[in-house]
Amino acid sequence: MIGLVHFLTVAAIVFAIGLYGVLSKRTIVGILMSIELMLNAVNINLIAFSRFITPEVLTGQIFAIFTITVAAAEVAVGMAMIFRVYYDRNTVHAARLDEMRW
Amino acid sequence: MNIALLTSEIAVVILALLIIVFDLLMPRQEARRSLGYFAVCGLLGILVYTFNQHGASATVYHGFFVVDKFALFFKQLFIVATILTLLFSFDYIEGLTHNTGEFYALLLLSLVGMMVMASANDLLTVFVGLELMTIIFYILVGFDLRSSKSSEAGTKYLILGSAASAVLLYGMSWVYGFTGSIVLSEIAAHITASPAMLLGLGLMLAGFCFKMSIVPFHMWAPDVYEGAPIPVTAMLAMASKAAGVAVLLRVFLVAFADLQAYWLTIVSLLAGLSMIVGIIVAIWQTNTKRMLAYSSIAQAGYILSGLLAADAAGVKGMLFYAVLYMVANVGAFAVTTAVNNQYGSDKIDDLSGLSQKSPFLAVVMTVSLLSMAGLPPMAGFVGKMYIFMAITDKGYFWIAMLGLVMSMVSVYYYMLVVKVMYSKEAKNQQEFTASVSLRIVALISLIATLFIGIYPGPLAELANAAARSLW
Repeated sequence: MIGLVHFLTVAAIVFAIGLYGVLSKRTIVGILMSIELMLNAVNINLIAFSRFITPEVLTGQIFAIFTITVAAAEVAVGMAMIFRVYYDRNTVHAARLDEMRW
Repeated sequence: MNIALLTSEIAVVILALLIIVFDLLMPRQEARRSLGYFAVCGLLGILVYTFNQHGASATVYHGFFVVDKFALFFKQLFIVATILTLLFSFDYIEGLTHNTGEFYALLLLSLVGMMVMASANDLLTVFVGLELMTIIFYILVGFDLRSSKSSEAGTKYLILGSAASAVLLYGMSWVYGFTGSIVLSEIAAHITASPAMLLGLGLMLAGFCFKMSIVPFHMWAPDVYEGAPIPVTAMLAMASKAAGVAVLLRVFLVAFADLQAYWLTIVSLLAGLSMIVGIIVAIWQTNTKRMLAYSSIAQAGYILSGLLAADAAGVKGMLFYAVLYMVANVGAFAVTTAVNNQYGSDKIDDLSGLSQKSPFLAVVMTVSLLSMAGLPPMAGFVGKMYIFMAITDKGYFWIAMLGLVMSMVSVYYYMLVVKVMYSKEAKNQQEFTASVSLRIVALISLIATLFIGIYPGPLAELANAAARSLW
């Protein structure tokens, strides 16, 4: 029987993979994809809690819809930003964003 | 359901949409300055209206959205900050881009996000308000299409900001799962000190600290502040930080009040670290905006330390400090804008000789910086005093002492800037010009800083009433 703990474990693993990706990916596109993973881990968490903890109200599922919407908006702005960076520097490597430091 | 409580937010949205429509209808070659004045007038009207809501204490949407004195205090702070920022940045924005109408509209929409945050009474509204504000700031930070620094800053802010939002959300999901509710008061009713709950609390604290640029979540701040257009930097420093404070206060003092024993120690360490790092690193900065970024990290540390008192006195200190910090920053950023309009860069060296070229602006800059350093009779002194008195009462003497020592150190690097303005010769003999609206904003900042410093009573009363409405 698959229970709440299984969902939470999957979510935790996905979140950890996303966090690792944010820290280790070389291109900005890859980093954005990793952030999406983190946000989707949150969705799994929210919907699992909604199903198992508060089955009579849909709070968690509504929350997940908002998260998906916001994530879409974030990616839209992110892609625009990547185009700008590519236009300026001809690359989308995160390490090349080094004009300002200390 | 009393939709009238949402009037001020709806009005700002309508104002922003009107500006977009007018921007499209106006002939292409016509200057957009009128739109800026239109935005300022509209915001003034909304500001007056918010005073009408005083005394209200009610919720809409099943307790998701609350209007009380605390929310109104912050909303008025955000509106005033936006008005002043708009006023001092007309020339700068027109030199920056042709799409000035869009810029004003976006600035207003980010204001809506902040106002929603101030009124948020549940985790979902907190999240939506926060994202509305930050996503628009990602765009605004990258608005300067000619500068590769701007796109770099925007991308860095976007990546780190979204990652921080994801961490914050993950924390929220745990808090929701272990209390079964997202409304703050119901969370407080069902809260237990289980490890999962504390994990959620810690992740949420990290997310909020990112928005407030508290050490060690501050890495984005210097780069973003340096790369962003100056009005956006000013809004980030004054309003976005205050919005973070508003949300943090409501969430931690309403929902997590029972877990105080767990978060107080962490908060004290974060506040202390921010003061130290912000002030020490600022000494070596050569760019005005970057220097102000580190200064804002230190100021965030001072504001956060007020949370240690966890009572009305501490919150009052924080609210008071948020206002005087806004007032001082308006002055500093207005002068930075004037200098940038003149020389096209933001080096501290560009300020040299300002005392001969524009004695008035030099005085405004000096007073603003000294207010941030906390010298009497400027407002910063009173603000620090309120916060330190409140936390000393609760036994956090060491933080108060640290704050005092650090503010003495900070006088050093603020005085370095003052020295550049007063003792260095100007680079050239060009006539120094600054628009009337910029001078008016500088004057308002100067008067307000001195007035609050010498006669803090009225503002302290307001802050006190707002702080007490939290309980």
